[in-house]
Parts: sequence; structure tokens; C-alpha cells
Amino acid sequence: MKRLFLILPFIITQFASAKDHTITQKGKAFSESEITLAPGDNLIFKNDDDTSHNVFSSVEPMKFNLGIQKPGSEAAHKFDSAGVAELRCAIHPKMKIKVTVK
Amino acid sequence: MSFAESPNRILYFCSMVFLLVSPNALKAGAKYKDLYKRPTQIPYPASNTYSDARMILGRTLFFDPRLSGSNWISCATCHNPAFSWGDGLAKGIGHGMKELNRRTPTILNLAWGELMFWDGRTESLEEQALGPVASTGEMNLPIDQLLAKISKFEGYQVLFKGAYPEEGITKDTVSKAIATFERSVVSGKAPFDRWIEGDETAISEKAKHGFTLFNEKALCSQCHSGWRFTDEGFYDIGLVGDDKGRGKILPDIETLQYAFKTPTLRNVDHRAPYMHNGSEASLKKVVDFYNKGGDVSRGSKSEHIKALMLSDEEKNALIAFLKTLTSNDAATPVTMLPR
Repeated sequence: MKRLFLILPFIITQFASAKDHTITQKGKAFSESEITLAPGDNLIFKNDDDTSHNVFSSVEPMKFNLGIQKPGSEAAHKFDSAGVAELRCAIHPKMKIKVTVK
Repeated sequence: MSFAESPNRILYFCSMVFLLVSPNALKAGAKYKDLYKRPTQIPYPASNTYSDARMILGRTLFFDPRLSGSNWISCATCHNPAFSWGDGLAKGIGHGMKELNRRTPTILNLAWGELMFWDGRTESLEEQALGPVASTGEMNLPIDQLLAKISKFEGYQVLFKGAYPEEGITKDTVSKAIATFERSVVSGKAPFDRWIEGDETAISEKAKHGFTLFNEKALCSQCHSGWRFTDEGFYDIGLVGDDKGRGKILPDIETLQYAFKTPTLRNVDHRAPYMHNGSEASLKKVVDFYNKGGDVSRGSKSEHIKALMLSDEEKNALIAFLKTLTSNDAATPVTMLPR
């Protein structure tokens, strides 16, 4: 019980510091070309476009695929590990964003 | 007699309708024009800047059939300037006269490209350049043999020294030279461009109507956007066949299954047959294909491919517009090859 009280502030601090960041997609482009996150942060992709997108990364350990994202929808990914990756839209490869997690 | 009773009221009414409608008719498609303006220069990467020496070396290599195991096939054999940098065939022909799986794509305007090949498997022109050379099905010449072959010619030694001094004849410099030449292959100003610049007589009213349809009812601009008429995107448009295209490269992404790169429509009138598999023999057949919403329904098919309900008049207007994208380009000079 004593140990729980000792580590509780640490746990609370970790949850409190995780942030949400929003990137919009419009005109077949991301609103930012690069972003820096802290481990545990969420990156939310908001489709403000008139066409679907599909954000993905093929680089480990940040490999993921958000799947098809219709206009008006949001999709998010949590970045737990430090590293650098270029995210792309699978359909529109000119849409790129560099994500640095540190 | 009051105005309401006067026969002139009909003339007055028609005049008012004409005055309201005609400015809009004259400006048909005007709201889209800004999206199609040509750039003022060709982009070259910092890692491979332009020089005349590099372009000439790249052109020499591009037209040299000794860059193949048979000494018969050059890049230009399939990417023939006389066929708008394609080969006019439904499927390409490779080593041993064997038919390949896909139609030869044009190299027009690739300086602005993103991923190369129908399936986007390479990231740049430099990365793409020697793929077909080394491919056993295409030019069938291992790169070490290519380098040994061209290094023997004093003419190439001179060209490489002028283009990439201190770098030698390497896989890297061969790729960079070919890429530099390819970036210089740009479709010239077409009647459409003159209309974009303000010459209302440059294209017909039918073509202007086609342009409006292209951007609206026919949904073409969803993928064929910008001055090159491609967003470089990958779409499954519902063609029959087993070729998974970009889906073979990224099998975990459903939307990329049976998806192929959107080609440029510049000078498209010179590049029949069409599609990655050459399945559509004419622009009319292409328009008919899209009008019915493709041939196949599946989960990966693009949301933009659907029945369009175009009339015959609308289809003809679209084709008239597409023909305005054809430029009257100067012939490509071919230099004597080093012997």
C-alpha cells in the first residue's frame, strides 16, 4: 500500500502529460509537414477533404495503418515509442508528414 | 396598350434571360482555371541538379540499345518519343520479344512525379532508372555488366567526366544522368493552356463544356487533377484482372489492392490504348468504361468510380476537351552513340 502511494504520483503524471495533436487533411495535403511528439501522445487525423484518405507508416517500430478514412471522419494513432517516421496517405503519396517522437 | 399586353414583353423577357445566362456560359469552367496553370520551371533535386552535360549524357544512355543484354533494347525502345514516350502497345515487349504484364507508361512530366512505376515501387527517377535495365524480363543486363560495357567507350568516359566530374561511371551516375534527361521531357503548351492563359478562341465551346464536365459531373478531376492531370494517387478503378498493382507492394492496405498510379492526361490523345493493361482501345472506350462505373465491384474500388449517366453529347464534349491537351512538341534530337 505504501509502495502504491509512492508510485501513484508518477503514474498520474504520465497520464496527465499525454497530449492530443490534430492534423487536418484538406486539398490532398496534411496541415503540417512535420510534428514532434512525446511518447504516449495521440495524433488525430481529421479529414476535412472531399475525398477519402488512408494514413499509414511502414517503418518499425511506428508501423501502422489507419485504414480508409472518409470525408468528415477522424482517426487517431498513439505513438508509444521514440523514433522518426514519415507518414503518408496510401492513396495520395504526395501527402507526407514527418513525425518525430522524443 | 400596357407593357403586360405588349408583344415586346416576350422580346424583353428573352433579352433579360440572355443577359443573365450568357456571362455564365462564357465563363464556363472559369472557376477551375486557376487549378490548371502550368509551372514556370522544371524541379530538379538538390542531390542531382541540372546541367546540359548531364541531360545530354542521360539522353545518350536513354537511346543506347547496348544498355540491354541483347544489345537491341534501349529505354527509348519502349519509351518512344514518337508514341508520346510510350510504345503504342497494350502490353510492353521485353527481352526475347516476350510480352510483359503491363502497358508501358509515358515518361512525360515525371519531374513532378512522386512514386514511379504503375505500382509506385520506387521513390524517385534515380531509383527507378536501372530497374528495367536489370530486369530479366525487360532489358536483361546486370548492372555490373552494364558498367563494364559502357566504361570501354572513350565517348562515354568523356561524357561522364563532363557531367559528373570526380564521380566516375557508376550505378549512381548512370541513374542520375538518365533521371536528369527524363526530367527534361515535358509536354509543351497545348490549346488548353492558351485557353487557361485567357485566349477564349483557343478551344471550342464543346471542349469548354467538356472541361466543366471533367471537373463536375464526370468526376475526372477527383484523380486527374492539376496541370499534369494527375494527383499521383493510386486507385482501384474496377478493371478486370488479377494484377494487384500497388496492392502487391503493400498487401495490408485494402484500398491499394488492384490500385494503379493515375497517369497524366497530357497528350493523352497520342497514347492509345489505355489503362495499366491496355484494355481500352480508344478515348471513347475509356469514357464508356467510366460512365458505367467500371467493370468490377469490390471493397478496394475507389469511391469516385460510379455510374455517371453521361449523355452521348456529354461524352463527346469530354473527348473534345481531352484532345485540347495535346501539344505540338518539337522532335527530340538523338545524338550519335559512343563507339
